[in-house]
Amino acid sequence: MSSAAPPVLLDGAQAARARSAQRRKRLDRLGDRTLFAFCLLAALLAVATILLVGYQVVSGAAPAISKYGLGFLTSTTWQPNFGEFGAGSLIFGTAISSLFALLLGAPIAISIGLYLSLLAPAGVRGVVAPLVEMLAAIPSVILGFWGVLILAPFVQGTLEPFLHDSFGFIPIFGAPETTGASIFTASLILTIMVVPIIASISRDLFTAVPRDVQDGASALGATRWEVVRGVVLPSTSSGIVAASLLGLGRALGEAIAVAQVIGAGSEIQASLFKTGDTLAARIANQFPGALTEMHKASLFYLGVILLVIGLVSNLVAQWIGRRFTFQGATAR
Amino acid sequence: VSRAGFDPTAPLTPSGNLRRRQLVSRFAEYGATGAAVFAVAVLAIVIYTVFSRGVSALSLDFLFQAAPAGIGPELVGTAIIVAIATAIAMPIGVLIALYLTEFAGSRSTHLIRLTLDLLNGLPSIIIGLFIFGLIVKPQQTQSGFAAAVALAIIEVPLIARGSQEVLLLVPLSLREAGDALGVSRWRSVLGITLPTALGGIVTATVLSVARAAGETAPLIFAASVFDPGRYSLNPFEALPNVPVRIFQLSEEANPTGFAEAWGLSFVLVSFILFASLGARALLARSRRKLAS
Repeated sequence: MSSAAPPVLLDGAQAARARSAQRRKRLDRLGDRTLFAFCLLAALLAVATILLVGYQVVSGAAPAISKYGLGFLTSTTWQPNFGEFGAGSLIFGTAISSLFALLLGAPIAISIGLYLSLLAPAGVRGVVAPLVEMLAAIPSVILGFWGVLILAPFVQGTLEPFLHDSFGFIPIFGAPETTGASIFTASLILTIMVVPIIASISRDLFTAVPRDVQDGASALGATRWEVVRGVVLPSTSSGIVAASLLGLGRALGEAIAVAQVIGAGSEIQASLFKTGDTLAARIANQFPGALTEMHKASLFYLGVILLVIGLVSNLVAQWIGRRFTFQGATAR
Repeated sequence: VSRAGFDPTAPLTPSGNLRRRQLVSRFAEYGATGAAVFAVAVLAIVIYTVFSRGVSALSLDFLFQAAPAGIGPELVGTAIIVAIATAIAMPIGVLIALYLTEFAGSRSTHLIRLTLDLLNGLPSIIIGLFIFGLIVKPQQTQSGFAAAVALAIIEVPLIARGSQEVLLLVPLSLREAGDALGVSRWRSVLGITLPTALGGIVTATVLSVARAAGETAPLIFAASVFDPGRYSLNPFEALPNVPVRIFQLSEEANPTGFAEAWGLSFVLVSFILFASLGARALLARSRRKLAS
């Protein structure tokens, strides 16, 4: 009771009630604060995790960073037995395999998005959309295992000879190797992983394009394709770019499936049908067997490069997605 | 066709430029449909291969015996790792979602959502490196617990994102009814908001479990040196687990190993498909309930 309150005579029951109300109020305040504290703590934990990830990866790489500096990025020798490390060929392999996967996957995925949002009857959509997303749910290790035993022999025996015979004058379609483990096979696996991501985002984008704008174009005599070309694609183009960047980020960072099918080559070669390696796959393949500290630190250095590329592509995608979204449609 | 020579009996089919435009449109439609068919076909081929090859390896002995006869230790190990990961990730994910819906201002919402997106986009191999530096290296040994922490980092953004979506669907009228009765924040969160959104939260968790169960890259750092011939329940040693075993077997050119890997893949894929489909059905039901 504060001293300023006028003295009130309370009988016993009333006093008890007032006391319990006060206790309840105190409890409520405590409860509110505890809940808030826990929620805030969890949120801060997430932020701290991101920062800690950055710190741990960089500090693990510190010996390699101080020994090789930025020359690591361009050097193409990777010889653990001689203590010589460089990421050049791995950066090349990562870029080629991911870009090729995006080149194949993005048109397919955008077409699927168009089909699901504009063409498919409601019943078919309800079945196909979850199936496409299911493709993203298959673990990469199983996709990679499938790639080794089913896809790679097919690619080596049928697809690569065909492409080599038809387009062999272009250096990227060189002579097939003997095993089917190649950058090309890895790109195909990555394509399978990238498609569902881009497809589901672009479907959401296309669904959000206002109906009356499309109907207006139709009323002016545009065919269905012209509505897509003239209205739907231009108004969602930035979202599509953001979606493709997210797909690219997924492809860049995939380690296991790529490690299984790419063949762990160490040279930069023009032909897609040769073996190669990516940053993530090299870490997955060599870390368990890495004996020297410098070998481990160099693998961590690869992680730093991967982290930087991944964060940048992700941030740019977020930025584009937030900045240019079409009337409430979000890129994620 | 000249204007003077207008022929009223000519058939009403498009000609010339219009005909070409309609053809282009038709082909674009075929192309889009073809792309969708292609994606579904790839899924069908992968799943058919896994099922047809895996089913022949399957038997009770295969499921319960240790290697070389079976995959029991891997199944148990994966179950333990994923259970610990979910026990860590679910409260944190739900609390983050609550923070976003109940407390955060627009600035911190932006920051937290960005953080979740970045966590979600983090390559899982990087999470493996992180866990190696954070837990495995200081402890000088791999452990199921380290693997669980890695998987928890993968699960948190998925759970937080999914929970936030359903929390936002909780009808405002329910909260207002609580406010009108003078119910305090924490009581209304625990008594009204969370129970209403429970279906969606469980869905998000199940989906994140389906995702975590197949993650391989972080486990290479945290739980890859194990003996598949022995059951282990101790989370403080490297537990045998399904994804890493498939990875190891796929790297060895050994036909019996391949058969075992197909069996493992079969079990893992069936679990994931079952969990995803179940979660989807649950989500549709709880959405309907919230909407009505």
